[in-house]
Order: sequence, then structure tokens, then C-alpha cells
Amino acid sequence: MRVPLSWLREYAPIPEPADHADIARRLTAAGLEVESHEPVGDIDGLVIAQVQAIEELAEFKKPIRYCRVATSEADLAADPQSLRGVICGATNFAVGDRVVLVLPGSVLPGGFEIAARKTYGRVSEGMICAPDELGVGEDHAGIIVLAPDAPLGADFTAYAGLRDEVFEIAVTPDRGYAVSIRGVARELATAYGVAFSDPADPEPADLALLGSLTEEGPDVYPASIGDPGACDRFVLREVRGFSPSAPTPAWMWVRLARCGVRSVSLAVDVTNYLMLELGQPLHAFDRRKLTGPIVVRRAAAGETLETLDHVVRTLHPDDILITDSSGPISMAGTMGGLATEIDDASADLVIEGAHFSDVGTAKMARRHRLHSEASYRFERGVDRELPLIATARAVSLLASLGGGAVVPGCTHAQVPVEPVTISMAAGYPDAVAGVAYGRDTVIRRLEEIGASVTQEVAAAPTIAPWRDQAGRTEGAGAARAVPAKPEGQPGPVAVLHVTPPSWRPDLTDPADLAEEVIRLEGYEELPVRMPRAPAGRGLTAAQKLLRSASRTLAESGIVEVHTDPFAPVRDADSLGLAADDERRPAVRIANPLSEDEPFLRTTLLPGLLRALARNVGRGFPDVALYESGLVFRPRPGALGRAPILATDRGPTAPELASLAAALPDQPQHIGAVFAGDRELPGWWGPGQAATWADAIEAARAVARAAHLQLQVRAAARMPWHPGRCAELYLCPRADDPPVDPPAKGGAAPLSPPGPDGTKPVPSGMRTTAEVHVGHAGELHPRVIAAYGLPARACAMELSFTALAEAAQAAGKVAGPTLSSYPVATQDVALVVGAAVPAASVEAALVTGAGDLLEEVRLFDVYTGAQLGEDRKSLAYTLRFRAPDRTLTAAEASAARDAAVAEAGRRVGAVLRG
Amino acid sequence: MRTLAGSVRAHWKQAIRTMSAPNKNYDPVEVTALSPEEIERALEAALGAIAAAGSLDELKAARLAHSGDRAPLTLARAEIGALPPQARAEAGKRVGAVQGQVKAAIGRRQAALEKERDERVLIAEAVDVTLPAARQVQGARHPVSLSAELLSDVFVAMGYEVAEGPEVEAEWYNFDALNFPPDHPAREMQDTLFIARQDGLPGSSGIVARTHTSPVQIRSLLTRPLPLYVVSPGRVYRNEASDATHLAAFYQIEGLAVDEGLTMADLRGAIQAFVDVLFGAGLRTRLRPDYFPFTEPSADVSMECHVCRGASVKPGADPCRTCRSMGWIELAGCGMVNPRVLVACGIDPDRYSGFAFGLGVERALMLAHGIGDIKDTTDGDVRFSRAFGMEL
Repeated sequence: MRVPLSWLREYAPIPEPADHADIARRLTAAGLEVESHEPVGDIDGLVIAQVQAIEELAEFKKPIRYCRVATSEADLAADPQSLRGVICGATNFAVGDRVVLVLPGSVLPGGFEIAARKTYGRVSEGMICAPDELGVGEDHAGIIVLAPDAPLGADFTAYAGLRDEVFEIAVTPDRGYAVSIRGVARELATAYGVAFSDPADPEPADLALLGSLTEEGPDVYPASIGDPGACDRFVLREVRGFSPSAPTPAWMWVRLARCGVRSVSLAVDVTNYLMLELGQPLHAFDRRKLTGPIVVRRAAAGETLETLDHVVRTLHPDDILITDSSGPISMAGTMGGLATEIDDASADLVIEGAHFSDVGTAKMARRHRLHSEASYRFERGVDRELPLIATARAVSLLASLGGGAVVPGCTHAQVPVEPVTISMAAGYPDAVAGVAYGRDTVIRRLEEIGASVTQEVAAAPTIAPWRDQAGRTEGAGAARAVPAKPEGQPGPVAVLHVTPPSWRPDLTDPADLAEEVIRLEGYEELPVRMPRAPAGRGLTAAQKLLRSASRTLAESGIVEVHTDPFAPVRDADSLGLAADDERRPAVRIANPLSEDEPFLRTTLLPGLLRALARNVGRGFPDVALYESGLVFRPRPGALGRAPILATDRGPTAPELASLAAALPDQPQHIGAVFAGDRELPGWWGPGQAATWADAIEAARAVARAAHLQLQVRAAARMPWHPGRCAELYLCPRADDPPVDPPAKGGAAPLSPPGPDGTKPVPSGMRTTAEVHVGHAGELHPRVIAAYGLPARACAMELSFTALAEAAQAAGKVAGPTLSSYPVATQDVALVVGAAVPAASVEAALVTGAGDLLEEVRLFDVYTGAQLGEDRKSLAYTLRFRAPDRTLTAAEASAARDAAVAEAGRRVGAVLRG
Repeated sequence: MRTLAGSVRAHWKQAIRTMSAPNKNYDPVEVTALSPEEIERALEAALGAIAAAGSLDELKAARLAHSGDRAPLTLARAEIGALPPQARAEAGKRVGAVQGQVKAAIGRRQAALEKERDERVLIAEAVDVTLPAARQVQGARHPVSLSAELLSDVFVAMGYEVAEGPEVEAEWYNFDALNFPPDHPAREMQDTLFIARQDGLPGSSGIVARTHTSPVQIRSLLTRPLPLYVVSPGRVYRNEASDATHLAAFYQIEGLAVDEGLTMADLRGAIQAFVDVLFGAGLRTRLRPDYFPFTEPSADVSMECHVCRGASVKPGADPCRTCRSMGWIELAGCGMVNPRVLVACGIDPDRYSGFAFGLGVERALMLAHGIGDIKDTTDGDVRFSRAFGMEL
């Protein structure tokens, strides 16, 4: 909101000269943030002149006038041709009009210097000004024509109040009263400790015109409230015989412009002026266009209204309307109707001031996307006492500026509203602030904001009187136990009963009153009490795990990135997902930023692949990226709608469950993508390209960080290469190995415990089902093409949530027992079918070798003609060690033979001869 | 030399002959080798040979010749027994001293030659240690993740715990329970991304992409025991076009403390402690009134600019890019937990009070590291993450 200082000063006489920085600091400290400050209108050499003669110069492309202007009473009697000549391109004036002349030597806003010069074949000694040339608004339709009584020869800058300072203030939505000069001036007066004079106090002149403010006038246009929920006060007053062509005085249109409001006509300008000053939106109807009594009511189905902006609007049954017997004539507090609008012939005016429902106007404005100055104020709460006052000032101003007669009295329809009184322990603001203000200060500050305060000694009232006491005493269904106040009645205390002023509907709770006291006393005065450390438990296991998994990946040469969580429609197809793939259904945003990206991601891969392509495109061909973040999967059968629960009590467990049931699944995933070389070439030798194996190893590394050993088997799943894709999973129980299927097809191997104590499975898990974790491998060539990636790019994605749960279930790592007896090492080369997974061979060796086996390690894979078609040789080192003795060569050999025999039995392995 | 050698041989023959007999005979011919002149000559010969040895091999030969079992001095020493008893001590002393001189000379020469050899060999083996050897491509953490962890850790060190919640959230958690009444203009302070109904029907789903991390406050208040000190970092969403300082999806971190007797003084203390840890002690903080529905009173927090420390405000001072010469930097929003929030979570506001604060993670990062464009954080360019490495 833009506020000129001159206007504030009328009601808050702060000392001269005012330091704008100090004003800004004090207003901001009071909660009205001053965003900017602008000195305006510092122009010398503007005089009020009268046009005495006009010579039309017709020889140019546009109409040009050569005017003779008088700047003193003496000039009026002189021969016009002897007067100052000025060239002017506007035509909206006539001889005898008073205008604003800028004299040579002056400088207009924007550094525009005025000089006497020859133009259009004449000497122009100055310029007749349009509003925008003076830096007042944007209007350049014509020059300023002043009222005939504007003092000839006077300094226009002083006459119109041009010289001013304009503050731009950001008003928070809770403080509707501050969207007005009245509200800001009140805060300014308090901030400077000067007396505030309220512009809403009725002036004796107005009362003389109208009788008392509330006096009804039988001749005023009739009105009634049809829906008490829509409007609780509706006031009409009338002016008849008004001159529609009367000009708006300069001081008024200058102020309107300073506030960013365009001057329209006197009648409209007066309503706007009073809205800015008081905060009460007003509307003017042309009485001759009204038919039958006015009723404020909700819309009926199918009703329409053409509003001032020439849009025909279909009304909603919740819309609040002002109607006459012809139907809707205005959308209450939002925008007036075209048919009853005042025009340049309207002489009989009906001025409406009302107090409409804040929620009702907010909903209507949003529903029709019709946010006006009026709705902005009604949404934030308007002073319910203002309609009577503002309408009185309006008709008084209209009559005095535009002629016409005020019809005595008013039409006043209202629904009685009880004033709110808040009871609060006098010490409550002290308890919130941690400062001993004392009762006198609290009362003084509350009275400063306009509240009335009474006190008594009584038991301390609750600070949450709105609480659902019934629900609280029952307590049975509450989701959490309500911690009861310790028993034992506290003694009586000083209690304040505070009735906030009518302009502060935002003050409803003791906490609101505490804030008023504390902000006026100054946040700068609050003490600092350094924290006393509570005993925290630190990060959870899952939080620590995510950090170490992330660090593991980064240290292995992968760069963490964050990608956009919004997903384009085409991703599912680009990834080649099947119609029934669980990554296809996505959470859809109802109002997406871009229609191309209406979804939230169901997988991390597309974002990572795009980032990969971007890096390659920027000249980084050897790149590995990872990301950890949530993915969003609609829950099959979820409720369509999450209910809105009560807020005057704690929710019950079933209520919370109903919210949880409506939300999508949001597991945390970790994904990684690879392109180019994983190890770089250099003077040391050739590089190593990133392969499917690196993608799988990255996943294994994440699992190792969780002390879990990931199991791997071949799988076919988009977006991976069908022959180079691994499914990643965890086995349920070490002592319950899955049965190996025959050599061909996906085997389910079991790996041994790692030498460092990693557990193959979460031993504490009750389920016997495998835990699926994710996939890794080389990407499908079609996907590589779709995302514009280098050939053979690879990727992995796993559910960190599943991994963390498994780690949690697995419990603590069992410390290893270290044997210091010597190791016995045996190498075996086994020939198996080419399709037998190495993991199956290894699992067989582990089972066959028995407890003496410490480690098994594959060190070579060989295929060749001498092995025969479809055969391969896998060479393993088996390390044996006993906990209690040195193994004999015979013992080690026996264990090796048993391992080989088991491999022979399970997967048909034979020792390579 | 030959004479000496001959006499040695004679001595041996004689020694064998008279093995068991004491050497009582004095044979002036046979003990010529022990004459001072002979000894001196042998010494000079030895020292000359040692000095002349140009390599370890030559030194080895010189050692064998002049200090070995067949060296003249060794043989001369064996003749001592042939001397009359009264002469033996003096001769033995003389030979021993000379032998010591020879040994020491060999040792010195040995050390010198070895050093020479080592230097030669190691110099030949020298490499160019300035050769780069980064065989592995460089990985890195994302600075926004690191920033969130850093900010969390500051509060974890103060005894707070880290709480998390879903990013797609029920409106009740995101708005209603936080005292954003339906249709209140406060809801429009945050441009919300609404989630469409899963069943495809029109109308509100009651679900939004969370606009702040504050719903985690509600989840914490509903599930954790009191007193409660939590901090919640996470991603939040706004229906807002990206520019140099705004993203539609960005990170916030919020703190919440609910206990008996907490006041605004405690809130100021928590914020001051946070600024002290993050930017170093000595920067003042300032609260000014603001409005958030879930806190009452509410404030925004500014801290003294950590770069110019307010110096740029003075007339004629160098301008400060970080605070735009304002002297203060807006850091966070905060306030005392609105009793309405406590009631909505089933907590007795007559017994418990609390404070909350929140700030943008990217903003804190950008301030601390002079980053100009927030879009760099979601671009995925490896250069951005790599610039920060593994820790901020």
C-alpha cells in the first residue's frame, strides 16, 4: 500500500522535519514494513494560468494550438496577443480554462528542462502540463484543467500538495485496518507518541447535514438484508441534483495518484478517496437506474450479472449480491454491475457502505478471479462501524464539491453483532515475552490500539477459550494424551477483560493481545536467553545411514545432484514402461506450473538422465551422478479426498489414519547414472569405461553402508538392457536359503557373510519373503536414444526406504571373532554352463565348504574353445581358517572338495582338468 | 711385498714345526715384518690403495689386500709371537693401531662410495612428481544437501532431533492445523500446488504439495513426547516461476521447541546461538513484527551482515553486495507457537508454550558462499557440486 506522508500528517502530527528513514524504521518496528520511500513533486516554477486566446495551427499532422495565457489578474485585462505564448498539443480545454503552466528554467520529473524555444513556427514560453508530466499518475490524455476558482498566478505545487513523500508499506493479511491512511496514521502516532485524530470521528458539519449518524431518513432509497450471514450492516445515503461534470479538486486527484488510483470522475474519486483514507469500500449507484427496494442476498441458481468490466458473470449460489427488483445489480464488496453504474449524466446518487462477510467476499473474489480494492479490504476485515461514517462523509463531500443536496438521514439495515471481549491474565504478555512489563503498561498499550479494558481479580482464564471443552474432557479418542495442567488451583490473579476496537476484528485470542503489547513495547527490547540444552538423541539410524550412503557414493566418484521433481507426461514412454508398470500411475498436480509437466516423479531416473545429457552436452563426457529424494506413487485404492479435520481439539487416531490413507506412497529413493569412463585414461594407461557392473556395484556400496549384503539376479525391466539388468534384493534369513532352481533361469543365490561382519540378511526379520530393493545395469538402447545419452550409459535405482527398514530390522552388527591361526588357501577352477550365474556357483561353494570357509573370491572368468561350446570356467580362491587350531592340509583339501562337490551337485560344476 | 710374503710363509712353517713349543727363540731375520719401517710401509700402501679405490668393487679388492687374512699387516701381527716377550707388547700395540687406521679408512671410504652410488641410482630412478594422477573421476556431495545437514547439525548439537515428513501432504497438516483458516487471505501468501484427486473426480483432494516444512511441526507435536525440540529440513513447493532467487521446489529448515515456560527470550537465544555457530560470534540479530498464522507473536529475523558487519551503511563506504548496503540480512521467520496450533494437536496451551523458526536452505547457502543464481542448484551441472566437494 502506498501512503503519502502529507495525508498521514493530517491525523498523526509528527514533529517537523520528519526523517523518512526514522519513519520507516518506526513503522517497520511496529509491524508495518516500509518497503520503499520516494520523494515526489519537488517542482519549482509551476503557476496557475488562464487560457486567454487559442490559435489553431492547422498546417501540421496533428492539431497544434498556440495559446496566450494570463498568469495574473492584471493579465486578464490585457490584450491577449500581448500575453505569454505557449504551444500545446492537447485540445481538451477552451478559452477561460485555468491550467498548469510550467515556466522556462524549470525542471520536470525525469530531468526534463523547460526552455523558451521556437517550435511549430512560434515562440513557446513554457508548457501547459498533463498530469503525467508532473509525475502524477500515468494520464496523458489531455492537459490538466483546474476548477475555475483555482487562484490565478499561484504556485501550483503548493496549491495541489505536489511536494510529498510516498511510503510503500507491505501490510500482512492479519491487519486489515492498516490498509488505510487511518490505520497507518494511528500506528505512526503511537510510534511517535503524538496525539492521533481519527478521520472517522464525525465532523460537526456532517452531523449538521444528516442529523445524527444513525438517524434514518424516510426519503432515502430503501434496502434490507436478506441473508444475515452475508452482511451485517448495510447503509445507503443520497445526494440529489449533483453536477456530474464537476471537476475533482487537484489535491484529491493528486493524492489518489500518489496511492496509485486513477482519477475517473468526482463521484468515483470521492468514494475511492474515502476508501483509501478510512478503509471502507463505497459504491455509488445512479438512483434513476434502480428499480424497487434493494435486498442483500445470496445468488439464485442461474443468475447472471454484467459487471463494470463488461464481463457477464454466471453467479454461484454462495455469491453475495446486491439486488433490486430487476435482479442482481452488484457483487457485494467485489465489483458493481454495469447497468446501475453512474455515468456522466448521473445527478442523483445513492451511496452504499456495507459490512460484508470476510469469508464470503474472499470466496467470491477467488471464485470469479475478481480481486478488487474492495474485496482486498473486505477479506482482511473492515471496521463494522465505518459504513455509517464513511457514507456520511461521502455525501457531505459530494454535496460540497459537486453541488446537489444531501437527503437527510440514511437507510440503515443491520444484524446485531455482539462485541467480542477477551479475558486474559494481566501477566500473560509478560509470560510470552519473558519480560516484566507490568499491568499498567499492558493496559496502556491495549488502550493505545483502541481497546477498552476493565480489570478484576479472579482465577486465571484459559488462553484457549475456543477449545472444544467437550472433546477435551472426553479425551478418549484423542490421538495423543492431552497433558493435563497440574492439579491445584492457582490463586486469583489480575484479569483483564479486553474489548478490541471495531477496526481490529483480527484480535480474538489472548495471544493476539500479547502480540500487540510486545510489538508496541518493541521487539528490540526483548532479552536474549541462551538455550538450555535438552538431552537429544542425535540423528536416527536411518538419517545417519542416508548420510553415509550418500558419502559412500560421492567418494566413489559420483556427483550428487538435485533435479526437478516435476515430471513430463512423456517420461513413462521414454523409459519404455509397460502399460501396467507401477511407475506409470503418477500423482498429478491440479494447477501445474507447466502443462507439459503435470506430474510428480515416480522414479529418479528421468531427472538424472536429463542432467547426465546436460553434462555431456556441456563437455563432460565422463560423468556419474546420483540423487536421493522422494518419489511419489499413488496408493491403489486410496481415498479420493483427505478430510479436513477439526482444529479446536486434537485429532483422533482414526481421523489421522484417514489422512494417512489418502496420501500417496512417498518412498525415498537413491538413483545413480553413469556415462563415459569410470576410470580415466592417462599416462598410466588406458581408462575403464563405466559399465553395468559399476552401476550394480554402486548399489552394493549403498547396501554395505547399511551393513547389508545385496543379492543380485538377472532381470528384464525397463529402462534397462534386457540382458544387462540386475534385480537387487535382500534375502530373508541366512539359515533358510532359497532352493536353487536348475542352472538356467534366475537363480536365487545366497552369499556368505562378508569378512567384515556384514550380514547377508536382516536376521531379525520375521518375514521369509525377499525384500525387493531396486534394479541396476546398462540402459536399454531405446532409452539411451530417447534421452540423447552416450551409448552404453548405465543406471541404478533403489529404495532407500526399503533398505533402511531392513537395516533397522537387522539390528546391531555382531562383532567378529578374529582367529589368529594361519589361513589355508585353495584355488579351484570350475567349469559350468555359460548360463549359470556366478552367484549360484558361489552360493554352492559356500554351502559345501562349511564353517571353515572364511572367504570366497572369484578371480577369473574364462571362456575358450578348449572348454567347449556354452561352457565357462570360474576360478575361485577359497580361504579356510579354523578358530581354534592350525588347519592341516588334509582338512583344507577336504573342505575344498566338499565345496566343489556341492557345486557339482547344484550347478553341474566340474573341476577344470 | 714379496719379501714380506716369503717371511710369512717361513713363519708358518716354523710355527707348525714348533706348534707345541713356546716361542723362546729369537730369530732377527724372521721378524723383519714387525719392524716399524715395514709396518709404516704397509700402512701407506693400504691407505693409498683405499684412497685410490674408485668403486665399491675396487674398495673390496683393497680391503682384501690390506685388511684380509693374507694382508701384510695381518701376517705381521702373527709374527708377534716370534718376538722376545719383552718386545711383544710394544709390537702388538703398534700393529693394532695401524690395523685400526686401515679399518677406519676402509669404513670411511665405504660410506663415501655407498653414498655416491645411492645418489647415482636414486637420481636415475627419479620421476616427475607433478604428473597428475586422478584416475578416478571426482565425486561430490550437493551443497544444498550439505547445507541442510550443516544447519541440522547446529541444532542437533543444541539437543534438537531431526524430524521428517511427506512432501505431498494433507491440507489439514499444511494449513488448517497451522491456523490457516479456510478462505483466509493468509493461504494466498503461499502460492500452492494442489494435488488432483486420485480418483479423477473434480473438486479438491484435500492434498497439496507442502508449501513449507511446518506440517512436520504438526506431525511432531502429534507423535513425539513433550517437551519437544525438533528441527525439520526438507523440500517444499510453490506455484512460482523460477528466477535467480526463486524455485518452484526448494529446501527449508524449521525448528520447533515446545516446553513449559518458553518465552520470546528463549526464541531470541536459540536464533542467536544459531547465528553464532553458523557465522561466528559477535553478529547481532534483530526481530521485527511479521505475520505467520501458526505463530503469535510473529517476527522476521535479520542478522548483521557477516561480510561488511554494517560498515557499508555509512556514507561514502564501499557498497556491500551481500546485504546490498543495508547492513542487515533477512534470515528467517519465527515466532511463538500459536496456542491454536497446540490445541489442534491436543496439547494444553495453558501449560505448554513454544517457539518456531524457519529459513530457506538455499538462501543460507547462497549468502554464505556468494552464489548468485539459485537455479544452479537444480541444474545438475557437475561443476556446481564439485566446487564444494565433500563438506561445506
